[in-house]
Amino acid sequence: MSRALAVAASAGLALGLWQALVVLAGLPPFILPGPVRVAEALWTSRALIAEHAAITAAEVLIGLALGAALGGVTAIGLAASPVARRLIRPMMVFSQAIPVFALAPILTLWLGYGLASKIAMALLIIYFPVTSAFFDALMRTPQPLIDLGRVMGASPVRLMWLIRVPAALPGLASGLRLAAVYAPIGAIIGEWVGASKGLGYLMLLANGRARIDLMFAALFVLALLTLLLHRAVDAACRRWLDAVAD
Amino acid sequence: MCAAPALVIDGTAHIGADRLFGPLRLEIAGGRITCLLGPSGVGKTTLLRLVAGLDEVTRFEGRILASDGLPLAGRIALMAQGADLLPWRDVLGNAALGARLRGQPPDLPRARAILERMGLSAHAGKRPRALSGGQRQRVALARTLMEDRPVVLLDEPFSALDAGTRAQMQDLAAEHLAGRTVLMVTHDPGEAARMGHAIHILTETGLESVTPPRAMVPRAVEDMETLAVQGRLLARLRAAGAAP
Repeated sequence: MSRALAVAASAGLALGLWQALVVLAGLPPFILPGPVRVAEALWTSRALIAEHAAITAAEVLIGLALGAALGGVTAIGLAASPVARRLIRPMMVFSQAIPVFALAPILTLWLGYGLASKIAMALLIIYFPVTSAFFDALMRTPQPLIDLGRVMGASPVRLMWLIRVPAALPGLASGLRLAAVYAPIGAIIGEWVGASKGLGYLMLLANGRARIDLMFAALFVLALLTLLLHRAVDAACRRWLDAVAD
Repeated sequence: MCAAPALVIDGTAHIGADRLFGPLRLEIAGGRITCLLGPSGVGKTTLLRLVAGLDEVTRFEGRILASDGLPLAGRIALMAQGADLLPWRDVLGNAALGARLRGQPPDLPRARAILERMGLSAHAGKRPRALSGGQRQRVALARTLMEDRPVVLLDEPFSALDAGTRAQMQDLAAEHLAGRTVLMVTHDPGEAARMGHAIHILTETGLESVTPPRAMVPRAVEDMETLAVQGRLLARLRAAGAAP
């Protein structure tokens, strides 16, 4: 209860400072609207915001699912095969030197203005953290467990599936927690570059029409979405790690 | 389980250009417990891993043979320091792990029977983290017995346990591993004196054999001859450790 109180107090303080700044500096609403105005915009435009938020949420969730699956498969493949490690890893590291942001226009060109290019952006931005966290954990299987499996006559596939992968799940979980925060960034960048729907699009549109209150309202919803996603993924990972058993 | 073969380890081990141990000849009697003591870093665990076929770093020149002339692979069970249980499997699942790893259906009734003998029936559904150190070690012993291999390698299996629990585990292990060819690496002279049908000390210069007490294995902790052998072993270990 005291923690909720502290969060509420902190939020109240931030909002108070914000409102005070607007009033004292006499900022016009098309430069910086106060929190009350933003709340009003949030309420009056709730249907519009919800519609666009749903699109963004769909992009993020699909990107997250695909990125997690693809990252998981890549990590297992790399951990299983030294040849794959030598061939693929330098490529992966190099690909990280290219800012994903710079790829957004190309992805939009290739995949169009719809969901696909935003899903691809979310996927690309989370692929490396997921792969890397899971792969590192796969390569750190406790040696006694590997010895045990080998003496027991486990094939490499069963050793991977019954020992190395379960032992590395905490690594995958930390990758997914990161991904939950990164994926919305990817989707928003995709929307900025070219879209007709989504919170990123709505923010650009509101900005262009000097509806800064609406822009902040959309931004607030986006932050809320990211926070909720992180919480959900974190909770799911915890329950899942607890439940991983026969 | 078919008849437990004797083992012969005969040769020299190198890591890179450096000699680790040997040349030595270690004969391990079939169906008996052979204890291997030695100062830290002398290569006891390496020797055990070489027998298990796990060591990929050490170059061993010589031979590691079973008396029946058959290959050792697939006839060995390993029990290492720390129980090394899978934390995500319950006790029953850990005991029956070997079959799962070989893609065979696990023999759960037998696993339950062995857990019963280890006094673990009430814990079959628990995860390792809910068990005490001694209970985890008993699960590891149950898992080793499930493998039903004629050759069992023990690598300081009870070193993390308190003295009382350790003595209890030594009794259980001696009782249930009877009839198998056991090579036990330990740094505890008392353990070797209680458990070994044969006792050897591995040093940088080779292998010293020590006459074990005459009492039946597992020997009573208060048996005078066992205590005397324990003392003698410790003296020899200290001498070996002090050598250049």
